[in-house]
Amino acid sequence: MIHFVLLISRQGKVRLTKWYSPYSQKERSKVIRELSGMILTRGPKLCNFVEWRGFKVVYKRYASLYFCMCINQEDNELEVLEIIHHYVEILDRYFGSVCELDLIFNFHKAYYILDEVLIAGELQESSKKTVARLVAAQDSLVEAAKEEAASISNIIAQATK
Amino acid sequence: MGSQGGFGQSKEFLDLVKSIGEARSKSEEDRIVLREIETLKRRINEPDIPKRKMKEYIIRLVYIEMLGHDASFGYIHAVKMTHDDSILLKRTGYLAVTLFLNEDHDLIILIVNTIQKDLKSDNYLVVCTALNACCKLINEETIPAVIQQVVELLGHPKEAVRKKAVMALHSFHQRSPSSVNHLISNFRKKLSDNDPGVMGATLFPLYDLITIDVNPHKDLVASFVNILKQVAERRLPKNYDYHQTPAPFIQIKLLKILALLGSGDKKSSEQMYTVIGDIMRKSDTASNIGNAILYECICCISSIQPSPKLLETAADAIANFLKSDSHNLKYMGIDTLGRLIRISPDIAEQHQIAVIDCLEDPDDTLKRKTFELLYKMTKSSNVEVIVDRMIDYMISINDNHYKTETASRCVELAEQFAPSNHWFIQTMNKVFQHAGDLVNPKVAHNLMRLIAEGFGEDDDMSDSQLRLSAVESYLKIVDEPKLPSAFLQVICWVLGEYGTADGKYSASYISGKLCDVAEAYSSDDVVKAYAVTALMKVYCFEKAAGRKASLLPECQSLLEVLSASHSSDLQQRAYEFQAILDLDANAIENIMPLDASCEDIEIDKSLSFLDNYVLKSLEQGAEPYIPESERSGTLNISKIRNHNAYEHPTHSLRFEAYEVPKPVVPTKIPSTVTYPTDIVPVTVIVSEPSYQPSVQPSWPLVPVSDAGSGSGSTELKLRLDGVQKKWGKPTYSSGASSSISNFESDRTTVNGATQINTLISKPREPRQSNVEVSEEKQKLAASLFGGKTSRSKKKQSGGAAGHSKVSRTTNHGEDKVQPAAVPVTVTTAVQPPPPDLLDLGEPAGDTSSYSSTVDPFKQLEGLVDLSQDVNATASATTSNGPDLMSLYSDADLNGSLNQNPNAMNGSVNPSKKTASLTKGPSLKDALDKDALVRQMGVNPTSQNPNLFSDLLG
Repeated sequence: MIHFVLLISRQGKVRLTKWYSPYSQKERSKVIRELSGMILTRGPKLCNFVEWRGFKVVYKRYASLYFCMCINQEDNELEVLEIIHHYVEILDRYFGSVCELDLIFNFHKAYYILDEVLIAGELQESSKKTVARLVAAQDSLVEAAKEEAASISNIIAQATK
Repeated sequence: MGSQGGFGQSKEFLDLVKSIGEARSKSEEDRIVLREIETLKRRINEPDIPKRKMKEYIIRLVYIEMLGHDASFGYIHAVKMTHDDSILLKRTGYLAVTLFLNEDHDLIILIVNTIQKDLKSDNYLVVCTALNACCKLINEETIPAVIQQVVELLGHPKEAVRKKAVMALHSFHQRSPSSVNHLISNFRKKLSDNDPGVMGATLFPLYDLITIDVNPHKDLVASFVNILKQVAERRLPKNYDYHQTPAPFIQIKLLKILALLGSGDKKSSEQMYTVIGDIMRKSDTASNIGNAILYECICCISSIQPSPKLLETAADAIANFLKSDSHNLKYMGIDTLGRLIRISPDIAEQHQIAVIDCLEDPDDTLKRKTFELLYKMTKSSNVEVIVDRMIDYMISINDNHYKTETASRCVELAEQFAPSNHWFIQTMNKVFQHAGDLVNPKVAHNLMRLIAEGFGEDDDMSDSQLRLSAVESYLKIVDEPKLPSAFLQVICWVLGEYGTADGKYSASYISGKLCDVAEAYSSDDVVKAYAVTALMKVYCFEKAAGRKASLLPECQSLLEVLSASHSSDLQQRAYEFQAILDLDANAIENIMPLDASCEDIEIDKSLSFLDNYVLKSLEQGAEPYIPESERSGTLNISKIRNHNAYEHPTHSLRFEAYEVPKPVVPTKIPSTVTYPTDIVPVTVIVSEPSYQPSVQPSWPLVPVSDAGSGSGSTELKLRLDGVQKKWGKPTYSSGASSSISNFESDRTTVNGATQINTLISKPREPRQSNVEVSEEKQKLAASLFGGKTSRSKKKQSGGAAGHSKVSRTTNHGEDKVQPAAVPVTVTTAVQPPPPDLLDLGEPAGDTSSYSSTVDPFKQLEGLVDLSQDVNATASATTSNGPDLMSLYSDADLNGSLNQNPNAMNGSVNPSKKTASLTKGPSLKDALDKDALVRQMGVNPTSQNPNLFSDLLG
């Protein structure tokens, strides 16, 4: 299972963190510090895996962003590498040529999408289309709710005039 | 897809994100976040906050929590937000609580009710959100509150809900297996769900259940095989394909399950052979995901009942992994090799050079994995080389976790396969010296016992030789600064027991060293205790032998200091020593017999030597002793404590630690006598320091003790009997000629190896022809794998064989020269790191393999980066307008896809203008985005020029 997902920029800035196993806030900071020290310094042609505290961390770099996932010893690293890629492809579809900036300002959306890809530390949906459909459905619902709210506030504004 | 409608947050929040983005240091970032926390604390508690505003506050809380700060002051507001009726707010609330709260948080109880309500909602999206939250928030106690509803949702018309319900049950099972046990039939039913997503999700709980107990699920083998077959034959909908591979994630999970089901079960395994063979044949070795499946197949093959045909296929696949340029695949190759050698030990032989390449690779991950492989394949014939290498590696790493692991592996291997006791002691010394505080204290006791008991009970000569060599090695080491405590204990004990035994070293010399130890490590009471007892032994042995024994002045002062020590243990030892000083040689010899640490001490449990004393006391009118069981109400706690250990060994509960066995004298003595003046019981204590309670009389290191029985301690012998055939061809006979010369070669390669390690960091030279594997490497291979030299000898002509022998004998001289060749061949594989612009996420090895596939994403790699980086850096200097224009012009100029290989090859060609134009609208999107962001004032600085670059580009 995946214990956590980290998105770190090349400068070591945190872009997204999702913890599937319990870690206290203090441990989280320590984990991020340790791992960014280990991963950001690795050369480009080395393995995409590092062993860490008895776990394995699989990472992949996209432009200036590192996507890291921590897995158990017995898990399949190559598979996890593809899960990362799967997530990035879905992000790319959603944002349209996703770039780091999208994730910086829309981190909550990245979380929503991640929630459709992974659940309880496992890959829940391997069909990009299904994920896209579900996220879109949620978005349209949100849009509808927004419009409703806007119209209600219009009505209130009208009424109070 | 509806995401481009601005960022939807207030200017304030965007400014925050921006300023964090521009922060130049962690402390600056922290300052900004702390200010934000103050603002939020104030704002969030204001009355009547509009809901939209509140939602933004919650997202800001998520943000600061993500940056590693504490946002707990706002948790309750996030919880409140989940209660909201609007799905917009509810979703934000749930997102925040799942990110904030661990399953044991107190606030969860406030959410359970909401989750219950939402699980019943008509809107399937609300149900989905609630199920997402279930997976993270519902803990063991609250499972019963929701489980019924979740089970009902397994029949929901929407597949997304069914899938999440399955996963929620899976997470419940992980938390509390018993809560879900009655639902196994539900999972089995869901396996035939007509939505592949739901079926795929069902594999997770089933995998867990099968991991716990295989037997009740054996009947599913046929179904799993059938599903796997259908998946592999592309019967699933097209949208489950991933890079032209049919539903790879489902295939991998199924293979994992089959591996469990087929383990040790011939009948089940036979059903799988065909489908696994098919998948391996079909798998696309050019893509990463194809290799992932291949890897899983090999794991499965190595776990189920072996099939010769499949093993052969697996061996071929492993060979391809190891031959690959990609480090990832090499890593997988090493991993699978480790799995397969358990079944067919021969297959490693053909890969020995590849393995050694990995061992010397600069990539630490790969190196570590290779050590794991070596650990798995260690046997008597190669233990010395492997353990030496492991120790060198252990010394070189700083990571405590892996240092401990490597150290304990070294110890384990040394204990199991040590060719001689001398080697064992030397190895242990090294391990202790560099990782002493990290190894199990038991190991130290084992080492002491080995030295004490020796290995040949009928061979006193070799025993004393062994001890002498141990003493000598310790005297050499003891002056080094900062030795680990456990190691010092061993040193003190050995010096005390055997330091003067041969008469080679004088008592005052040994005592001096021991005093130095006690002084240098004055903060370590345990070490001091060992040192004092050792001093006492040295003194006693001297005196008992009739020599004039006098205490060194530093020893005297040490005793004085210790007799006032805070530690009662140290005090007692000091006083005992002082008491001994007054005794005559005869008594001392009884107290401290020479070399008696292994002798059993007879304890007179009935204390018969006191019978006269008791009798006399009774005659003088003392009250007779009443056994505890006969006493009535006078029983008090302290007495229970005293007697428990001996008289009531079966007492059910004990709250104190077991004390060191001491003869309990006062039990039979009338209360007037407080402490025995007789010295006898003391001897029992001092001859065995109380820190060795774990030492048992039996000797566990059987292989060691019988290993050395024939051979002298200084002459090392490889134990080749019966094992060498495991690897390679049985050319290494156990004849006399092989043993010593073989060791010589091992030694030298080890010397060479250590030099290699230091050389690796030096600048790399251009790659030499790799056809000829360097001799050094072959030697190492020979010593590791045993079979190689014999193989190469066979392949070469007779003359060549002769040559190789010559080179062996002369390789002492060669050592100095030779290693240079090795790092060249090993390290040139790594080219100088390409400049930042081209530094892409994809390792080059991967891309080369990818390039043959038709994956559009991969083909784009490297195209956008170049142009956008140039633009981005340029934009820092130029104004916005022209920059945007240049982006457009780039788009018009866009290069063809064929330029990809050039860009990837690392030749930086700044004049090359490339851009991507595969996804028509996406470029425009990107430009829109770019413009929007710039309007808000976010400019990519030189600090992070990649902010705009397409992640997949």
